[in-house]
Amino acid sequence: MTNIVVLVKQVPDTYSERKLSESDHTLDRESADAVIDEINERSVEEALKIKEAGEGEVTVLCVGPDRATDAIRKALSMGADKAIHVSDESLHGSDMLATAKVLAAAIGKVEGVDLVIAGNEASDGRGGAVPAMLAELLGLPQLTHVRQLTVEGGSVKADRETEEGITHLEANLPAIVSVTEKINEPRYPSFKGIMAAKKKPVETLTVADLGVDSGEVGLGNAWSTVLEASPKPPRTAGERVEDDGDGGTKVAEYLVAQKLI
Amino acid sequence: MIDFRLGDEYEALRKTVQDFAQNEVAPVIGGFYEREEFPYDLVAGMGRMGLFGLPFPEEFGGMGGDYFALCLALEELARVDSSVAITLEAGVSLGAMPIYRFGSDEQKRRWLPALCAGEALGAFGLTEPGGGSDAGATRTTARLDDGGGDWVINGSKSFITNSGTDITRLVTVTAVTGQKPDGRKEISAIIVPSGTPGFTVAPKYSKVGWNASDTHELSFDDCRVPAGNLLGERGRGYAQFLSILDEGRIAIAALSVGLAQGCVDECLRYVNEREAFGSKIGAYQAIQFKIADMETRAHTARLAYYQAAAKMLRGEPFKKEAAIAKLVSSNAAMDNARDATQVFGGYGFMNEFPVGRFYRDAKILEIGEGTSEVQRMLIARELGLPS
Ligand SMILES: Cc1cc2nc3c(=O)[nH]c(=O)nc-3n(C[C@H](O)[C@H](O)[C@H](O)COP(=O)(O)OP(=O)(O)OC[C@H]3O[C@@H](n4cnc5c(N)ncnc54)[C@H](O)[C@@H]3O)c2cc1C
Ligand SMILES: Cc1cc2nc3c(=O)[nH]c(=O)nc-3n(C[C@H](O)[C@H](O)[C@H](O)COP(=O)(O)OP(=O)(O)OC[C@H]3O[C@@H](n4cnc5c(N)ncnc54)[C@H](O)[C@@H]3O)c2cc1C
Repeated sequence: MTNIVVLVKQVPDTYSERKLSESDHTLDRESADAVIDEINERSVEEALKIKEAGEGEVTVLCVGPDRATDAIRKALSMGADKAIHVSDESLHGSDMLATAKVLAAAIGKVEGVDLVIAGNEASDGRGGAVPAMLAELLGLPQLTHVRQLTVEGGSVKADRETEEGITHLEANLPAIVSVTEKINEPRYPSFKGIMAAKKKPVETLTVADLGVDSGEVGLGNAWSTVLEASPKPPRTAGERVEDDGDGGTKVAEYLVAQKLI
Repeated sequence: MIDFRLGDEYEALRKTVQDFAQNEVAPVIGGFYEREEFPYDLVAGMGRMGLFGLPFPEEFGGMGGDYFALCLALEELARVDSSVAITLEAGVSLGAMPIYRFGSDEQKRRWLPALCAGEALGAFGLTEPGGGSDAGATRTTARLDDGGGDWVINGSKSFITNSGTDITRLVTVTAVTGQKPDGRKEISAIIVPSGTPGFTVAPKYSKVGWNASDTHELSFDDCRVPAGNLLGERGRGYAQFLSILDEGRIAIAALSVGLAQGCVDECLRYVNEREAFGSKIGAYQAIQFKIADMETRAHTARLAYYQAAAKMLRGEPFKKEAAIAKLVSSNAAMDNARDATQVFGGYGFMNEFPVGRFYRDAKILEIGEGTSEVQRMLIARELGLPS
C-alpha cells in the first residue's frame, strides 16, 4: 500500500492572457481562466498508475484560493481518493518559502505518507524550487526532473533528465519526487469519475488549522517583492532579406555578423 | 420551472470532451479524413474516457450517466469533427442501445461490457438497397431451421455505420420472420456476430463526407445464427427500431448542433485575422450578420434538443420534440456549413480547412436516421393529420 500525496496547483490557463494586478503585482486571478496546471495532471496520473499497479491511496493537496476547488475536483475525477485544500486570505501573495512551509505542514496532516509527487515547475510562478524546499523542511530525499518512476517495496527508482543527461536515482521512501512533461500522458476523466468526485472528501484547512503563524505568510512577509512589471514588448518585424539570387549568401553573412555561425 | 443551466457534472463532462476534441482529435483528424481511414486510436481514447458507456448502468460496464450526457459529448466532438462523433453515436445508440433495451440478461452480459468500453463496436442494419425511409418494406428474411435451432438469414443492408471495422463485433439486423395474422410482415431483430459464415461485408463506400467513419453494404447468404440471437420479442422488430430511432434523433440533433457551432467557432477565429479592402473582414456588417445568424441557428437548435432530451429523461412522450430537434438542427448544420464556407472564401473550399470538412459532413444530417421529409411526416402525424 503506497500512500501518496500529490501537490496540485491551480494556475491561469496558458492559453489566456495572463497579467499581474495593478495594485500589488500579484497574479490577477480574475483575468484568466483558472485550470489545474498541466504538469500536475501528470503528477496525478503518475500517482494513479502507482496505485493501480498495486495498492495505494492518493491524496491531493492544494494551496490556493476558494476557486481552486475546480482544480481539486479535476484531480479527484481523474481518480484521486481525497483532498486537502488550504485556503486562507492571509496566504495572498505568499512567496515560495511560505508556500513550502504551508505545504509541509499540510503534508504532516496525512498519516504515513510514502511518496509526495509534485510538478517540476509551475507554469505561472516558474520557481521550480518548491519541491526542493519541501524536501529540506521535511527532511526527505528529493528526486527532481523525473521522467520515469518506479516504486518497489520501500524504495523509489527514478530517471532524472536534465540538459546534461540522464541520471539514475534511487531513494528510500518516504521521498519527494517532482516530474517533467515526459513522465506520462494524463488520462481524461470519465463521467463515472466526474460523478464519483462529487462524493469524495475534501478537507478545507486554514493556516491556523495547520499551526502555521499567519505572520510567516502572505505578501507582507514575502522575502522578495515585485516592484514593477511591464508587459513584454510586441515582437518587432525583424530584418527582411530580399532574394535576388544571392539570398542564401546574404542570410549566411547576417548570421556570421551576429556571431551565430 | 425553467432552468437551462447544466448541472456541475454535465458541465465537467462537456469540458472534458471539449479538451479531448481540441487536443487529440483536431490535430490529426484531417489526415484520417483525407486518407479515408478509421481513427482506431482516437476511438480507443474515447473508449478509455468512457464515452461509449455514457448512458448505460455500471453493472454492464457503463458510466451510469444518461442519454443527455451522450448528447453533450456528441455535440462537443462534432464541434471539431463529425466522423468521430457519428462513430460514437452509432456505436452507442444503434450498436449497444438495442441490446440494452431489448436484450436478455445473458445477451447484455455477453455484449455490453466490450461495447461500453469502446473496445468493440456494434452496428444496426435497417436500411436496405431498396429503401430506408419505408422501413416496413424490409426484404431481408430470416427463417427458423434445423428444428428451430438456427435462424437462416438472406438479404442485404445498405449504408451500415461501424459495420466493418477491425473491432466490429456484431450487427443487429431487421428481417422478415413471417406474416402477421392481419397479413402484414412480421419483422424481428437478430444479432449477427461479425465473421459469421454467409455474412459478407462489402468494401467501404466512397462517401461525400464522414470520411473517417466506417460505412458498408452487408449481404447475408444463408447466414446461420443460433435461435437465441433473436433480440427482444419475435415480431416486435419494427416497434423496437422505431423507438431506437426516436432517441437517435435527439443524438443526431446534438451532433448537428455541434457542427453548427463548430462553424461559428471557425468563423470567429478567421474573420479577426483575414483582411480585405483594408479591414478585417469581421468588421463588415455583411459578415457579422452571417455569423449572428449562424449563432442564432446553433442556439435555437440546441434549445430544441435539450428540451427533447429533458422530456425523454422524464419519461414523457417525446416523438414530436425529437423530430423537431432533428429537423431544425440538421437545417442549422447545413445552413451554417454553407455560410461558414462563404466566410472563408476560397480557403473554405479546401479540404485542409475544417469548414471544408464541415461542408461535406453537413448534408448527411438531413438524410440519416430519418430524412427531413420523414421528420415532417412524424411532426404532422403527431399533430393528428392523416397518415
Ligand atoms: C503573479 C505572481 C506573483 C508573485 N509574487 C511574488 C512575490 O511578490 N514575492 C515572492 O517571493 N514570490 C512571489 N510569487 C511566487 C509565488 O509565491 C510562487 O508562485 C508559489 O509560491 C509557488 O512557487 P512556484 O509556482 O514557482 O512553484 P514551483 O516550485 O515551480 O512548483 C513546483 C510544484 O510544486 C507544487 N506547488 C507549488 N505551489 C503549490 C501550491 N500552491 N499548492 C500545491 N502545490 C504547489 C506543484 O506540484 C508544482 O508543480 C509570485 C508568483 C506569481 C505567479
Ligand atoms: C453515411 C450513412 C450512414 C448510414 N448509417 C446507417 C446505419 O448505420 N444503419 C441503417 O440502417 N441505415 C443507415 N443509413 C441509411 C439512412 O438511414 C437512409 O439513407 C435514410 O433513412 C434514407 O433512406 P434511403 O436512402 O433509402 O432514401 P429513400 O427512403 O429512398 O428516400 C429518397 C427520398 O425520398 C423521400 N421520401 C421517401 N418517402 C417519402 C414520403 N412518403 N414523402 C415524401 N418524401 C419521401 C426521402 O425523404 C428522400 O428525400 C446511413 C446512410 C448514410 C448515407
